[in-house]
Amino acid sequence: MGILLERLPGITKGLPGGQLLLTTADYFIDLSRKSSLWPMTFGLACCAIEMMASYASRFDFDRFGVIPRPSPRQADLMIVAGTVVKKMAEPILQIYHQMPEPRFVISMGSCANCGGPYYDSYSVLKGVDRIVPVDVYVAGCPPRPEALQYAVVKLQEKIARMGLAKTSGASLQQERGSRDVAAEGPRIEPPLPPRTPATEK
Amino acid sequence: MMEAYAAVYAFALLAVAFAALALVAARLLRPSLAYARKLSTYECGIPPSGTSEVKLNIRFYVFALLFLIFDVEALYVYPWAVTAREIGAVALAEMGVFLAILFLGLAYAWARGALVWEG
Repeated sequence: MGILLERLPGITKGLPGGQLLLTTADYFIDLSRKSSLWPMTFGLACCAIEMMASYASRFDFDRFGVIPRPSPRQADLMIVAGTVVKKMAEPILQIYHQMPEPRFVISMGSCANCGGPYYDSYSVLKGVDRIVPVDVYVAGCPPRPEALQYAVVKLQEKIARMGLAKTSGASLQQERGSRDVAAEGPRIEPPLPPRTPATEK
Repeated sequence: MMEAYAAVYAFALLAVAFAALALVAARLLRPSLAYARKLSTYECGIPPSGTSEVKLNIRFYVFALLFLIFDVEALYVYPWAVTAREIGAVALAEMGVFLAILFLGLAYAWARGALVWEG
């Protein structure tokens, strides 16, 4: 995290009441991050229709502070809504890498979770978590708009558990620290985690 | 008379300070991790192709030029309007000459077709 915040846990260690300062800083930074999650909506198939419905007036998303952005440069959340075919995997990965930190991914619907009804297909990627780290999975085919909004609520709870000190975070990059993610150097692309049952949900 | 502008200066200072504070605070607080793939050009996930040059129409330049000239002319008419009555007929004649000269410029632009957008 930024120049100031990376030093903060080290500075507050020596101060009396430093822990309180750290948790207060955590609280406010997490509050501002979770209250204005701007998704880069990746509507691929039928789940995109339910996602549009959740943005519209009946199931308003703006009350969460969620405003859809068309560009990954202005987004901090990617909602993968729909079937991911293998041809689309490379663009999804490119766009995920073009999002600035801290970034989160919501996998919406059965197709993005595990391949869904097209599990036996030759061309479908069996779950988007094979290529990007997913924070929240939403079950459904398609999930109702309320289910997607509940997923954003769950993601907000996850963000509220993030902390400035390393290995205290809710997402993989927060765990390892933004400067540690690139293992061999600052200009190398960070490796994404392998898909194991023990991966965080 | 000048002390009335003190509020304007204070407000301008506040606006500049607010913008500077927001930008500096964001720079200090945000994480930054730059690698080649993140810095690559965005083109909806596909490798970017072609150049990014944009050919602008010359009409925009002509439009902006005419606007600038006549906007400055209007700017000169404003202080004249508040003092013309107490100066008298001489002010009216002077402004008439000024507007007539600039009207000749407008007539030239009109005849050359600079006021028509299509074609």
